Amino acid sequence: MAYVKAFLVGGFLCAIAQAAMDLTKANPAIIMVSAVSAGAVLSGLGLYAPLVEVAGAGATIPLPGFGHTLVTGMMEDAAQWGLFGILTGGFKAVSAGLLSAVLFGYLMAVLFNPKG
Amino acid sequence: MEFHRRGTSTCVFQEMPVLVSAAAVVGPREGEGPLGDLFDMVYSTTLLGETSWEKAESKMLRQAVDLALAKAGLEESQIDFIIAGDLLNQIISSAYMAREYDIPFLGIYGACATMSEGIGLGAFLIAGRFARYVVAASSSHHDAAERQFRYPTEFGHQRPPTGQWTATAAGAVVLGAQGKGPRVEAVTIGRVQDFGISEPNDMGSAMAPGFADTVWRHFQDMARQPEDYDLVISGDLGNIGSMIARELLRRKGIAIDDRHQDAGVMLYHPSPEVGAGGSGCGCVACVFSGKLWKELYNKQYGRILLVATGALHSPTSCQQGETIPCVAHAVSIVSG
Amino acid sequence: MTKANIREQEAYSVFLEDFRPKRPTFRNIVVAFFTGGMICAVGQGVLSYLLSGSMPEKQAYALTSSVMVFLGAFLTGLGVYDKLGIFAGMGAALPITGLANSVVSPAMEYKREGFVLGVGARMFQVAGPVIVYATLAATIVSLIKLYVF
Repeated sequence: MAYVKAFLVGGFLCAIAQAAMDLTKANPAIIMVSAVSAGAVLSGLGLYAPLVEVAGAGATIPLPGFGHTLVTGMMEDAAQWGLFGILTGGFKAVSAGLLSAVLFGYLMAVLFNPKG
Repeated sequence: MEFHRRGTSTCVFQEMPVLVSAAAVVGPREGEGPLGDLFDMVYSTTLLGETSWEKAESKMLRQAVDLALAKAGLEESQIDFIIAGDLLNQIISSAYMAREYDIPFLGIYGACATMSEGIGLGAFLIAGRFARYVVAASSSHHDAAERQFRYPTEFGHQRPPTGQWTATAAGAVVLGAQGKGPRVEAVTIGRVQDFGISEPNDMGSAMAPGFADTVWRHFQDMARQPEDYDLVISGDLGNIGSMIARELLRRKGIAIDDRHQDAGVMLYHPSPEVGAGGSGCGCVACVFSGKLWKELYNKQYGRILLVATGALHSPTSCQQGETIPCVAHAVSIVSG
Repeated sequence: MTKANIREQEAYSVFLEDFRPKRPTFRNIVVAFFTGGMICAVGQGVLSYLLSGSMPEKQAYALTSSVMVFLGAFLTGLGVYDKLGIFAGMGAALPITGLANSVVSPAMEYKREGFVLGVGARMFQVAGPVIVYATLAATIVSLIKLYVF
């Protein structure tokens, strides 16, 4: 059941992004930027956490999940340290994703060449 | 002094320069296309055994020039000018090609209109008796253009159906004062047209007015009808741009529908990846050099109008939201 | 002057309406749904596996995104992910595997310009803006949550 929920919610988020791209004719970079920002806003409104509750990876793997994780991290530290927590909490929460992107990105660039 | 101009934009040759030979070199996707068998050389990879797309493009261009010279039976020392252009910044493919030859070099930029601009300028040099033989060549490379104008080649993104596929191809022709082969009868140099299109994935719409204007001026200046030409060939309007261009011309009272073909549409089998058709300096260059030159040489056509159209934007101008200026140059070629 | 004036430009843009092909929006949305859904289901598989051990939830989520980034990066290196992107659009771009694709593709592409100004400088050509705006949005949202509510 967890798989079905992840599939449905993840697919739904991608379908919305696709619809936004086709209807606004915006380029993919703008849609990706909008999606993470929307994730942060939904998280702030308290709407994203229930989605993660239901769909697990289906909500955290798409980019809005990245915005949500940032906000969650910031708020966690802010609960303890106030304003200072916003500075320390954000990147701590997304560290795994970011560090992997740098490390694996670099590794693949060393190992492979573009095929065109 | 007697001038050889007619009307607003057309130069007519009293002694017609001859297109002595032509050669086309293409990449794998072009080789698998409908015209695949007509090209002189088809590469099975897009890197051509080089270490970068840019080097690969320059190699293709060099080979097209070598083949054209060999077919004409001419030595490097007999060529008075080499005129070439491509899509890459500072036309590096052409410059790196030209450093391999001991021939005076003129680099030109006309985007996809480069081939007809080069043939036109070469014809002027010969008609003005400044040259016996001139080589005109141009090239483009899909991946090199992709990374310069759009995204890195491995970035996965969908293009809209109006998008065009930059051809991995090069073409070269040798123009001579005399000899056997198709002859350049007249050249109409186009004016830059800009109808406010700013979407680089919709170049057909941007270039159609330039094409229509140049073709209209050519017919006006020469006092001719579409029936005087067996073929009007546009250089890379794509299938959507072609429909727009025909309609624009129809509104000016010129119906070319039954004799118009587009090099970008001819080069590929339709697919979502190719979109509206091929584009790039190499597209019309390889279609002309590989197909049309031979057909003219074999007298399959009496007279054709080659109209290459170029979108003269840059990545910078597009990102800054500027509209796309476009130009088209027409070359009237008679068989023989 | 051959640049069309505003009136001519507008007339041309109206004229173009008849020729503009429709994007296959319905097909694109369906394909994006299924592809994106499948990628998330794979992610869920990784997550479930990690959670079935003794890993705390927070670590499991973080490691899942790390595994998915690796998969996206590896498939880009093999030259597969760009094909998936052409096929599925946002279905391939929106999951974090797509973010990995947007990091690896310029990193490979600009290797020819060297490892510092090529790979290093260009790696975040597309992912950079995503991270910048995610950070800005998250900070603003957090500030509002902290001081307004």
